[in-house]
Amino acid sequence: MTNYKLKHILGQTAFHIVVILLGFLMLYPILWMVSNSFKDNAEIFNSSSLIPETFRFDNYVRGWKFNNSVTFSTFFYNSFYYTILSTIGAVLASSLVAYGFARVPFRGRSFWYGCMFMTMMIPYQVVMVPQFIIFHKLGWINSFKPLIIPQFAGLPFFIFLMVQFIRQIPYELDDSAKIDGCNRFMIYSRILFPLIKPAVITSTIFSFYWRWDDFLGPLLFLNKPRLFTVSLALRMFSDPMTSTDWSAIFAMGTLTLLPVLIIFLIFQKYIVQGLVTTGLKG
Amino acid sequence: MKHINRRTRTLMDDAAGYAFISPWLLGFIAFSIIPILFSLYYSFTDYDILGEPVFNGLENFRRMAGDQLFWQSLKVTFFYAFVSVPLRLLFAFFVAMLFNRGTRAIRFYQAVYYVPSLVGGSIAVAVMWRRLFMADGALNAVLAKFGIITEYSWIGNPDTAIWTLIILAVWQFGSSMLIFLAGLRQIPKELYEAASIDGAGAFRKFLNITVPQITPVLFFNLVMQLINGFTVFTQAFVVSGGSGDPLNSTLVYALYLYQRAFKFYNMGYSSAMAWVLVLIIGVMTGIVFKTSSSWVFYEAKEGK
Repeated sequence: MTNYKLKHILGQTAFHIVVILLGFLMLYPILWMVSNSFKDNAEIFNSSSLIPETFRFDNYVRGWKFNNSVTFSTFFYNSFYYTILSTIGAVLASSLVAYGFARVPFRGRSFWYGCMFMTMMIPYQVVMVPQFIIFHKLGWINSFKPLIIPQFAGLPFFIFLMVQFIRQIPYELDDSAKIDGCNRFMIYSRILFPLIKPAVITSTIFSFYWRWDDFLGPLLFLNKPRLFTVSLALRMFSDPMTSTDWSAIFAMGTLTLLPVLIIFLIFQKYIVQGLVTTGLKG
Repeated sequence: MKHINRRTRTLMDDAAGYAFISPWLLGFIAFSIIPILFSLYYSFTDYDILGEPVFNGLENFRRMAGDQLFWQSLKVTFFYAFVSVPLRLLFAFFVAMLFNRGTRAIRFYQAVYYVPSLVGGSIAVAVMWRRLFMADGALNAVLAKFGIITEYSWIGNPDTAIWTLIILAVWQFGSSMLIFLAGLRQIPKELYEAASIDGAGAFRKFLNITVPQITPVLFFNLVMQLINGFTVFTQAFVVSGGSGDPLNSTLVYALYLYQRAFKFYNMGYSSAMAWVLVLIIGVMTGIVFKTSSSWVFYEAKEGK
């Protein structure tokens, strides 16, 4: 056993200990929340423990019932409805637009592409008030229209990601498809769309995440409890004026995180890829 | 004949191009351009949404200059952005350095460190965060284990409330970490080998190879995260219960703007505030871009 080898093993062990300790610290708040969702209400006060004394599943039952007139069945339904429709719209539209930007040499292309990047820099606060007024005048308040319809314009982030992908695909594929009698829409739908599957999956995941977590949009446009998404419901649930049933709040909080975590476990690879492509080459 | 052919082909390309980008283009006009123009107009009016907008020139901006809450919200936001963004990037960078090695467990660790970024934007976490830092929350329970008995409410005290939001932001360093890690892995190994042959130590290699090679990534992330930092809303809204309390210490700019618009219905005033925000973000990004040539290292691109 050489001195060098010993040093290496010690170094490795120290590395793993530090990383595991820090990792535990990172996960602690989330674990604490999950653990609290099983605790008795009185047990949550002044407690940092991660292991409940008794597992009380009735927190989930109580939380789900919310205020009895509307339940979390409604909120989950609303959230899934809004999230899934928005995601389908955002991803399909983005892929169409990305094909246009990446493959069709039309006049004004780089101008519009530049405009698209500009919109990424403009804070939502600028369009928030006029959008609200426009949607108000259209009678769209208290419906999902103001939340879903703008998604069907595509998202700059996804368009950019897909353009990056399409540019890596050789033109010969388009050309041979053209010779076989494909028009542009067929090239897009039959040849390129399947080939940019990784970008499509990444966009789908991020769209799901952003819509699922979205708070400001629903806060602006949905005022009736039966239209609430899980975010709005949780926020109302935790309002210090109305409730102190922390176990039930944590139980529902845990449930709202489940879809996010499950998707992460299945599609981890695509998430990392999306972050890296858009974060690096921006 | 050939000439006409070429012309029809360009026209067809134009038609196809605009057809493909039409979803975005229509959305851009309807949900960006038109609202932006309206917003610009509203910012020079007095508008309470019920009546019609009344032109009042620069009155909104004049009022802003004398509005203590406006200045307070600016102060809070600058503090929040300029503390949380550098801290988050620093954490992300050093953990990425730590992870930039060949151990098999790294993939697992990466995933664990990324989880806070994944859930950090949710209301569930924001609600939990408030509970964590209350007087009878988990932080004080942990402190009690170390013999520090306190009834201090980190959320309820104006000196510390903003820090709970900063910690919430820094806690989510995972996504930047993944981006840095990918950047670090792209640095050519030959650079380090050559430096070793020249007798450079680990620190010199870090300073002269790693840092310059990573600055373009750092730069991009700095710009994007500063913009996000200046527009933070949800966390402050939930953690403070929508009020920006205690003593307006968490009244971030976007929260105050929201209150002005949807609590007091000062649509004109809040539109004016939005344009001041655009100005601030523009100036900040401008400064970062202007100074970037002195600290961002761009490789001479060959054959690319």
